[in-house]
This record gives sequence, structure tokens and C-alpha cells, in this order.
Amino acid sequence: MIKVTIDGIVAEVESGTTILKAAQQIGIKIPTLCYHPDQEVKANCRICVVEVEGQRLLVPSCAFPCTDGMVVHTNTPRVRRARTNILELILARHTQDCLHCHRSGTCELQQIAADLNFTRKPRYIQSPRSEFRDFSSPSVVRDPSKCIACGRCAWVCTNFQSVNALTKENRGFETVYTTEFNRPLAETACVNCGQCIQACPTGALTIKDDTAKAWKAIFDPNLTVVAQVAPAVRVNIAEALGEPVGTISTGRLITALRMLGVDAVFDTDFTADLTIMEEGTELINRIQNGGTLPLITSCSPAWVKFCETWYPDQLDHLSTAKSPQGMFGAIIKTYYAEKLGKKPQEIYSLSIMPCTAKKYEATRPELGRDGYQDIDCVITVQELARMIREANIDFERLPEGEFDLPFGLGSGAGIIFGATGGVTEAALRTVYEILTGHELKNINFTAVRGFRDTREATVNIGKLPVKVCITSGLANARKIMEMVKAGTADYHFIEIMACPGGCVGGGGNAYRNWKKVEERNKATYLVDAKQCPVRQSHKNPAISEFYKELGVAPGEGIAHELFHTKYTDRSNLPK
Amino acid sequence: MQETRMMLRNIGKINPISSMEYAKLGGYASLRLALSFPNGIVGMLKDSGLRGRGGAGFPVGLKWAFVRDTEAPQKYVICNADEGEPGTNKDRILIMGNPHAVLEGMAIAGRAVGASKGYIYVRAEYPYVRELLEKAIADAEEHNFLGKSIMGSDFDFFVEIRMGAGAYICGEETALMQSIEGQRGEPRFKPPFPAQKGLFGMPTVVNNVETFANVPLVLSLGSENFRTIGAPKTSGTKLFTLSGNICRPGVYEFQTGITIRELFEEVGGGCPNGKKLQAIQTGGASGAIISPDLLDTPMDIESCAAVGATFGAGDLMFIDEDQDLIEVCASLAGFFVDESCGKCTPCREGNKRLLELIMKFRHHTATPKDIDTINDLASTMMDASLCGLGQTSPTPIVTAVKNFPEVFERAMARRDEK
Ligand SMILES: Cc1cc2nc3c(=O)[nH]c(=O)nc-3n(C[C@H](O)[C@H](O)[C@H](O)COP(=O)(O)O)c2cc1C
Ligand code: SF4
Ligand code: SF4
Ligand code: SF4
Ligand code: SF4
Ligand code: FES
Repeated sequence: MIKVTIDGIVAEVESGTTILKAAQQIGIKIPTLCYHPDQEVKANCRICVVEVEGQRLLVPSCAFPCTDGMVVHTNTPRVRRARTNILELILARHTQDCLHCHRSGTCELQQIAADLNFTRKPRYIQSPRSEFRDFSSPSVVRDPSKCIACGRCAWVCTNFQSVNALTKENRGFETVYTTEFNRPLAETACVNCGQCIQACPTGALTIKDDTAKAWKAIFDPNLTVVAQVAPAVRVNIAEALGEPVGTISTGRLITALRMLGVDAVFDTDFTADLTIMEEGTELINRIQNGGTLPLITSCSPAWVKFCETWYPDQLDHLSTAKSPQGMFGAIIKTYYAEKLGKKPQEIYSLSIMPCTAKKYEATRPELGRDGYQDIDCVITVQELARMIREANIDFERLPEGEFDLPFGLGSGAGIIFGATGGVTEAALRTVYEILTGHELKNINFTAVRGFRDTREATVNIGKLPVKVCITSGLANARKIMEMVKAGTADYHFIEIMACPGGCVGGGGNAYRNWKKVEERNKATYLVDAKQCPVRQSHKNPAISEFYKELGVAPGEGIAHELFHTKYTDRSNLPK
Repeated sequence: MQETRMMLRNIGKINPISSMEYAKLGGYASLRLALSFPNGIVGMLKDSGLRGRGGAGFPVGLKWAFVRDTEAPQKYVICNADEGEPGTNKDRILIMGNPHAVLEGMAIAGRAVGASKGYIYVRAEYPYVRELLEKAIADAEEHNFLGKSIMGSDFDFFVEIRMGAGAYICGEETALMQSIEGQRGEPRFKPPFPAQKGLFGMPTVVNNVETFANVPLVLSLGSENFRTIGAPKTSGTKLFTLSGNICRPGVYEFQTGITIRELFEEVGGGCPNGKKLQAIQTGGASGAIISPDLLDTPMDIESCAAVGATFGAGDLMFIDEDQDLIEVCASLAGFFVDESCGKCTPCREGNKRLLELIMKFRHHTATPKDIDTINDLASTMMDASLCGLGQTSPTPIVTAVKNFPEVFERAMARRDEK
């Protein structure tokens, strides 16, 4: 341990700690822009500069390591002048239309301008980086006129997702982060994960806003709006509305949706259970009949597109089961519509998701029939928070509501779909009992839990040691897929989620970092353990009832038709 | 005035490719010495007072000591021959005329720090330098001055050539390493310094061509003798580049400490057509623009710093009375707008704004406030940019504003006339 003095306060830190981290430790808040706690240090924005005694120039605190006895000043005229001047340079390239910006209120640039008490009249010609805005993607809107060239987006897209859809182009004043050859994002290999949005400090990358579409449907008297709410939403929406990270708000969320004017509120947890039945059956079949193994999950649409783009020759490993959203869409537009005696077109199928890629998934032709799509609109957590505010709802003080029946009943197994490892654990809870015929003594498979990195586990199901592998993040997925391709992945089951930590780290949630994902992850397992009377999919009475009504077993007949899908080779996408 | 040719002593006298001809004139003797005294090299360089010739003037012995003392499975020696400074070609002249001196210097560095691999990073516009170097390296390997078990010792040293990316910034040592690694040529944050984590993450010596050419001289003369040459704290000779409005432009080798006046009047022959000298830009494109009042400044690092001039890589650009200084500033500002890599905010945005401000003077729309803005902006660029480019690019402009206030005032005044 070494000692550094920052603004007169002594901090004891490990050698090599950056000045920024040391300062945070003792409660000194240095402004940052290109720094992101989950990423490699880039040291390019320079807003975090401080004065270090003995250094000729100012140093960037996010990158500069502490040494023993170092004396640092974070608030001197010299530092203040540099920060203000740097901010001024950034703002001279920025549209500054906070009043029309979805990022207002959570924007790091806006916050810094406020924190620096910045009021200077412009001294430079206002020259936004680009006038062009890219609305081509169903998930991500790019507005380079708000880009500060920090590189955080390209870092996740390249290093965490290994997709490389965003790169730095040009030099000097013309430097921009964009797609290769400035192609519309929709024409790149972008998988719609939204992690670049999560990483961006400003409104240069935002979630494609579909709230107007949703409102229009809600206010249309001829439409019955049926909502499904994904498991991860209940541990994210309160945070997005300003409550502590990890707040669980299932009941209030349901009430809010009703107040918005949604006619029926169903739980995607139900189709998560259905997924386990379909995918679990598929796994059992493949194990018993020598089918293609490992079986790989297909509920993360960003991952599916990634696999279609880079590993089209491995698509037979993907489970043919649709994602829970996809299954629910099919139910709403067929079975449920029939029940209500309505045409599919009279039902508006609205998804509330933690995920921007679900917006893309909803446009896939496989998720529809007879000229209509099963999902009419996908609203992410951020957008739902917006709608709740628009509707003058004080979310914190709402009473608890309950999901509508029959599709409001889900198990704890479905809930944990929201966290990495959850699908695997849910599958094991069911497959074990179906294969062995014995009841599980302990249904918690803690070996597959976690939230970072790749995990492996072997679970003995009767005499069969079942090997599973779990990961999140597509760079991690790529490593595993290389093994699958080489034939060295001797697993039975692989779970892949595109987003860090699974859906709780999805691109549609409130702005995240690993610390927050950890809290949301804990909350998810808490819902499973504390709020779910049934914790195994096959024991969900609504599920057995449903199959009974369909008159088939999982994977058969109409179930196969409605709940399974096919994949497309997308290797011709530029990559 | 008679040059003191040490680095250039062989030029024109031998076939530059031939290592044997170089050896006949005493070449590779220093390397032989280094092979038997590996532990003494760094000390000799420290004692010699040799400082880097690429612009920053960092003590060579100290840099090598850092690399020597960093444990690593592999270390590298890089010779920086990117020479991107406009109007400069001293490194090219040196390599074309005396390549083995540079190669010998690199091998000595390898021996001193424990590196067996060297790279020469050659400016993209110099393909013929590459050709000559390839031949010289092959010739040295053939005669066992490079390659495996050099001169029967246990020391191996291999040199490879890498061509530059055609950008000025790739001369900056960390951008240069990025470029060799096949990445976008832009600087990395220091620390870690190249001496700790350089090329491919390994400890790396990076020196300028001219620096390496001095190394064999230090060993052959001895550090005490080397120290007596030139100015006390910038020992040795230096290649000075005279350009601009001067009768005899060119590259000349003199002991450091020679005055700017001697270089201007006696070596360069003054301004052509009897024109009066208006200003001098010292130390390259990012160097200070000073008034002729400072002609008697000795060209060494300390003396230059003391009067606000820049020693840099020894460039002197003379500007006569006919030139428009605002125009000179605008063209330099334009150069840095083009050459900023775009990584960090102060330089990426600041150089463009400096140019815009200068253009206001050129168009006679400037006000005294713009002088304040120039100084304010420049202070932040120099204080907070990531690399040397942004840290020094405002220098010519702020020094011009400071040393030639009347020029800028005149540019403003004309506005009132309109
Ligand atoms: C923008 C910029 C360009 C540079 N270009 C060169 C160059 O062309 N040649 C060179 O030797 N050093 C150049 N340098 C300096 C190098 O970064 C480095 O300091 C030098 O190669 C070290 O060698 P020396 O200690 O022998 O001078 C440049 C530095 C900067 C900031
Ligand atoms: S990105 Fe931030 S600063 Fe820019 S307009 Fe939006 S809220 Fe305002
Ligand atoms: S949405 Fe995902 S894949 Fe697409 S650009 Fe952003 S980070 Fe890359
Ligand atoms: S789009 Fe956002 S994350 Fe990407 S460089 Fe611009 S400001 Fe940074
Ligand atoms: S100072 Fe200029 S050249 Fe250097 S890193 Fe910053 S933008 Fe690039
Ligand atoms: S936050 Fe430190 S340089 Fe950007």
C-alpha cells in the first residue's frame, strides 16, 4: 500500500491504482467522459485532468497511476481552466439540444456541463461532427452530431461483442465513430444488442423509440392491447425511474401498465417455462437419439443473429425453440385471439423487454404468419419508464397489481431466464426430474450461477454426467463457437446470452455497469427464491393445463408449429 | 565556416552499402568493444551526456538503463527514421551516406539492454532508403557484423525494416509502435513508457537515426572526450537543417553551441537578395518563432530553452521581411489540423480552432479578444493533450503572438479602416 495526498486528504491505495480511483475512494469526484468502469482506459477526452506536483503538464487522472508520496490537486485554476476549455471544445461540436434529446437527465456530458458550472458564451464556430442521423436500425439510433468521439461504443462492440460494427474513421477534426463505409447500421453485421447505447455517455446512440407507436395502439378503440412483460423488467424498471438498483417491482409494474391503458398484462415468465418444456424436450431427444450436440440456447436474438452471421455452418446446434417473446407472440395472436373471438389484426401484441434486439427479433418473418407479425411493438425498459412519466404516474407510490390469467403464472425457473446461467438452471431443474423420475432435493444449481465470464459445470442426471457451459457476451461466445466448430466442445448444453450478465444487462435497461448488473442479478434470484411458489417449469400448473388444451406434448404438432423456428445464413453481411 | 564532420565523416568517401569499407575506416570497432564490455555501455553513454536527437533531448544512457533494468523475455530496439518534419531530410542523408553507423549504434543498444531484435521505421516517402538499408543489412550480416553470434560472440542481433504509414504522427514513438503492430497509428498514453512496455508490450529502446549514429562515436572516443565536444549539456555534434529564406539551405554538421547567427550568416549566407531577416522558426514545425534579436543564441538545449527558442531536432527556418507572418502561422496551423491523429480532445478540436482564429487575423476580422482566446486555448492544448503533437503544436502561434505583437495588431487595425 502507498500513500497519496489528493486535495489535502491522504488516501491509502495499492501501488498502480489510478488517481481517479484513489480520489473516488476518499470521496473526491473527478469528472470523466471517455472513462467507463467496465472498459479499458482510453485517456482521450482529457476532461479528468489534474495537477500532480512534480509533473510538468496536467495528467489524466483516469490513466495516471499513483506513486508513493504523490501530491495531487484536482481543483486549481489551472485544472479548472483546462476542463472548461476542453468542455467548450466538445460543446462546439455538439448540437446541445437537450430539450429534444432522449439522453437528457442521464447524459454524462450534460451533467459535466452542470458540474463545471459552465455558462461561457460560445467563442468558436458551432460545427457539429455530422448532420447525418441513422434511423435504419430497428434497435439503435445513431446521431453523430452528439458524439464526443470517446470510443466507448466501439470498445464494447469490438472487445466485448467482437462484432466490430462501429469503428473510428478519418483523422483529426474529422474523426468519427461510425460504421464501415458509413453504411446504415441495419446493413452491417450489428446484432442489435444495444451495448453501444449502454456504453455511450451522450445521446449519440440511443434506443429506437417506439413509444409513439405504443401510445397510438393504446388509444385506438378498435385494438385490444395485450402486453407481455419479460422476467428482467421487474428488477429494472424501478431503477430506470430513479429507485435503487435491484429494486423489485413486479406488482407496481403491472399496475402501471394497466394505468397506461393496456388491456391484458401477461408474464413472459409463462413462455419462459414453455421454452424450458420445448427446449428441454429437444435436449432430451438429442441426448437419447444421438442428435446434434451441444444444444445451444436460442432465446437471445442478438446471439442468434451473431451465430447466423459468423457461424452459419453451426446453426443445427441452435435450439429450434423460439425465444419466450416469440412463443408468447404466437400464443397472443392465435390461441388467445381465438379465445377472445378476435382476429389477430384486432389484437395489438406489445412486448415489454430489457432488450433492444427484441425489437429486431419482432421483425423476423419467422415470427408471424398470414401476413401479420406476432409482435406489433417492443418497448424497452427505458421507453416504458418514459411512458410512465408521460402518463403522470408516480411509480413509487403505486399499489401492487397482478398479472392477468391464464398467462400470468410463471415459475421461478422462468424468472431466472433474466440472468446469465438462468436458462441452464431452469432446464436442469426440469430435465433432471423428467429423465430420472426423481424429485430434486435441492433445486438450486449454484455452480451455474455467476454474472461475469464463462462457467462450466457437470451435473449427474441419473447415470449420465451432463456437461453444461454458460457465457454472456459475444466475444466469449465466439471463443466457445470456435471450440464447437473444431469439435472440441464436449458439452451437452451451452447457454449464450449476448449481453453482459444476461438480460439484466440488456441494452434496453437503465444505463449499466458490472456493479449494477450484479445487483440486478441478485434481485433476480431473490424473486425466484422468495416470490415464486412454483420454481420448476414443468410444475407450473398453467403449463400442463396449456398443453392439455392444445392436446399435444411438448415439441409435437401445433406446439412445434407455433413454438419452433428456423434460422438463416447471414454470412453475406459485411463483417 | 568549417563543419565538424563526425557522423558525416565517411560520406562520399566509401560505398555506403559496404560494411567492410566502413570497418576499414574504424567502423564496427565500437561494437566489438561493446561485445566485450556489455555492462559498461550504459554507463559510458550516461557519462557522455549524449541526448536524443529526435526532438525531445532525453538522455540516452538513462533511457537505455530503464530498458536494461526491466526484466522481460524479449526486448526491442527501434530506430526512428520516420522523419516527418516538413523540409527536413537530415536522417535520410545520414542513412544514405553512412548506414552502418546507424546499424552499429542499434546493435550496441541491443547489446547494452539485452535485445536481439531491431526495427528501422522508415518514412513512407523514402522507398530508396529502404532499398539501400536492405543491402547494407545483408552486407553486414554476411560479414557477421549483424545476425547470429556477431563477431564470434554469444550476441545475436537482427534488424528488420518497416515502412511508415505516411502520417506525421507515426514518428511519435508510441504511435510508431502501434503502426509496427499493425494498428491505427495513434499515440498511446504514457506511462507505461516504451522502456517499460513498448513494442508488443515489451521493453523497447526508441531512438532517432542521428542518436544511433552518435553511439559508436561515444564508444570510440570515450565518454570524457565526447563530453568535451559541443555545449556542456548537449554534448556532441548536431546536424542542423537550414531552410526558408536563406542563400545556402541544407544540412550541416556542427558542434552544438554554435550560434544561430553563425549558422545564418556564415554557413547559410543570409537571406537572398539582401532581404532583412524578419523571424526565425527554431526546432521544426512545432518550434518557437523568435525575433532576430536572438540571433546570438547558441544552439543547444539549455540556451534555447533559456530564451524561449526550441532546439528540437536542430531545424532553423529563416523568414525574411517579405513574408507575411500571419500567413506562416496559418500554414503551420493548417499542417497540424491535417496531422492531428484525432484521438484526444484538446488537439483534435483545438488545432482547428487555432487555425480559425488565425484566419480571422488573415481576414482582418479579429479583435483583441481573439488574442486572449488564442493564448487561453493554447495553454490548454499544451497542458492537457495526450502526446507531443498537441502539446507543442500551438508553440509557433503563441510565440509569434508574443514576439511579434505589432504584426497581429496591424492585422486587427486594418479591420477598423474598412
Ligand atoms: C508528433 C511527433 C512526431 C515525431 N516525429 C519524430 C520523427 O519523425 N523522428 C524521430 O526521431 N522522432 C520523432 N518524434 C520523437 C519520438 O517520439 C521520440 O521521442 C524519439 O524518436 C526518441 O528518440 P531520441 O531520444 O533519440 O530523440 C516525434 C514526436 C512527436 C510528438
Ligand atoms: S447528448 Fe446530452 S448534452 Fe447532448 S443534447 Fe443530449 S442531453 Fe444534451
Ligand atoms: S448494437 Fe451491439 S452489435 Fe450493434 S453496434 Fe451496438 S454494440 Fe455493436
Ligand atoms: S457514439 Fe457515444 S460512445 Fe461512441 S464515440 Fe460517440 S459519444 Fe462515445
Ligand atoms: S495530441 Fe494530437 S496527435 Fe497526439 S494523441 Fe492527441 S490528437 Fe493525437
Ligand atoms: S476520462 Fe480521463 S481522459 Fe477521458
